[in-house]
Amino acid sequence: MMQDIATERKSSWLQATARQRVSGFLDKGTFVEFLGPSERVQSPHLSLFDLPRAFDDGVVVGRGKLDGKDVLLAAQEGKFMGGTFGEVSGAKIIGLLRAARDSDGDKEGGVPKTVLLLLDSGGVRLQEANAGELAVSEIMRAIVEARRAGVTVLALVGGTSGAFGGAGLISATCSRIVISEAGRTGVSGPEVIETNKGVEEFDSSNKSLVWSVDGGKNRRLIGGADAFAPDTMDGFRTATLAVLDRVAPPCTLETLQAEHGRLAARQDKLGACSDAVSMWKTLGIAEAEAIRDMEDSDFMRIADQLKEANHDAR
Amino acid sequence: MTLDEILISLFPNSHEIQVSKGGLITGTGKLRDGRAISVIGLGNGESMGTAAALPLAAQVIDVISRGRDTPILVLVDLLGQLMARRDEMIGLNEYLAHLAKCLILASQSGHRTVGLEYGKASAGGFLATALATEIFVALPGAEPAVMDLPSMARVTKLPEEKLKELAKSTPVFAPGVDSMLQMGALAQIWDANKPLDEQLEVTLKNASAKDIRDQLGAERKGRPMAALVAKRVIAAAMGTADDLATA
Repeated sequence: MMQDIATERKSSWLQATARQRVSGFLDKGTFVEFLGPSERVQSPHLSLFDLPRAFDDGVVVGRGKLDGKDVLLAAQEGKFMGGTFGEVSGAKIIGLLRAARDSDGDKEGGVPKTVLLLLDSGGVRLQEANAGELAVSEIMRAIVEARRAGVTVLALVGGTSGAFGGAGLISATCSRIVISEAGRTGVSGPEVIETNKGVEEFDSSNKSLVWSVDGGKNRRLIGGADAFAPDTMDGFRTATLAVLDRVAPPCTLETLQAEHGRLAARQDKLGACSDAVSMWKTLGIAEAEAIRDMEDSDFMRIADQLKEANHDAR
Repeated sequence: MTLDEILISLFPNSHEIQVSKGGLITGTGKLRDGRAISVIGLGNGESMGTAAALPLAAQVIDVISRGRDTPILVLVDLLGQLMARRDEMIGLNEYLAHLAKCLILASQSGHRTVGLEYGKASAGGFLATALATEIFVALPGAEPAVMDLPSMARVTKLPEEKLKELAKSTPVFAPGVDSMLQMGALAQIWDANKPLDEQLEVTLKNASAKDIRDQLGAERKGRPMAALVAKRVIAAAMGTADDLATA
């Protein structure tokens, strides 16, 4: 059993399903699911398009413990409809955030004041485009409301579908973001930009280019993510626990003023750079060319010392 | 209606609102009761990149920091987010989320916020602006769309004809104001033949910081499950808590 847990903790986050992540990430046997597959809370819309449904609509929500600490958790299944936000999958996350917001949190067994969003999503589900877009908007508002009620909301990004479109906006609405090297995030994905603006604007078949623009290492270095996790269950556990040890920025005027200054400074400083390596050089990283192939531990040492990468302005 | 006509009808007495070449709308108008309203937006069918999001967010932050209860009007005729490698490289998602957060914080801090669409609105630019306001209204002829049907046909690999047919009876994905009303996204469609200043006054009175869009969507039968599923999750979270407390 101990051997199994050790093996599971070393397994890849990227390759795992949502349920494998929940199991490998939380303390063993602590997860309690809300509206699980047996309740068959699924999309009422997909059958119109002759598409198969999922009994959980591609989102697992519930509560559990992380190193003994009570947390609420939502995990998107990137392998089902690209982890997209539909009417039901979105509403499950909204309910979780509202429960945390309304919790008084201090009594034994009360609703936890920490919400972890294990994002793995290409954005809005097109077959339910209006409901999905609205769900994203409602999630963003619920995150701000929850943060203002003292809840810490973390985004964990490291799945095969990344965190694009609405998921990219949601991650940046959270208190903090944990990302792995393979955890791509942004608004328009490379394929979408190539389709709309041409291959000269963004060659989506150039993996190295895609990685340097949307990938976790770039996001961590420019301050778009607050912690870097090696691509294992243990990696995300350790990084998340370290983030939870620090006080999360509250969503106040002062925080948003600081974020404004941070984003304006980034645009001024990096806006003229033509590629990621030149951005990293501009940030003062001597080993900019070596970032791509660098070991996680060496990379984390560099990122943790960089002014732009470490802030309370989100 | 053109943006100029809209601004004159909204603020017949006076306004100091500038519209830049890039479609950025910034400034202040005067309500019927003489109070000031802060006005921001993106028009001309432009897409929102990092450079557009920052000045709009700056004005919202300025309004909040003045500490009064000045309302905010967000005008939109925009085409989603700017699709550019450079903007993505420096983290466009953070810039768009920043603007949305500023608007939501304004609402939470006692500023009534209204979104008014008079043209197009879609995707990331829509989430950062009109959808981040307390109450979202549109003028007739507005065309909200997450994605147009030809693009949707390409992505879903369904024939456009079939999508057109489905769209007639399926507000969950069909573009347009009627769908957005049924979803609970749009509170109301304004009457272009009546003075807009009066309608703005009424809309401001109906605005509140509480997000009721999923309930509206249920009442209007556009979103049969969203409100109910959210409530069931809340109940499950609370219920489990009770079990644990008595264990």
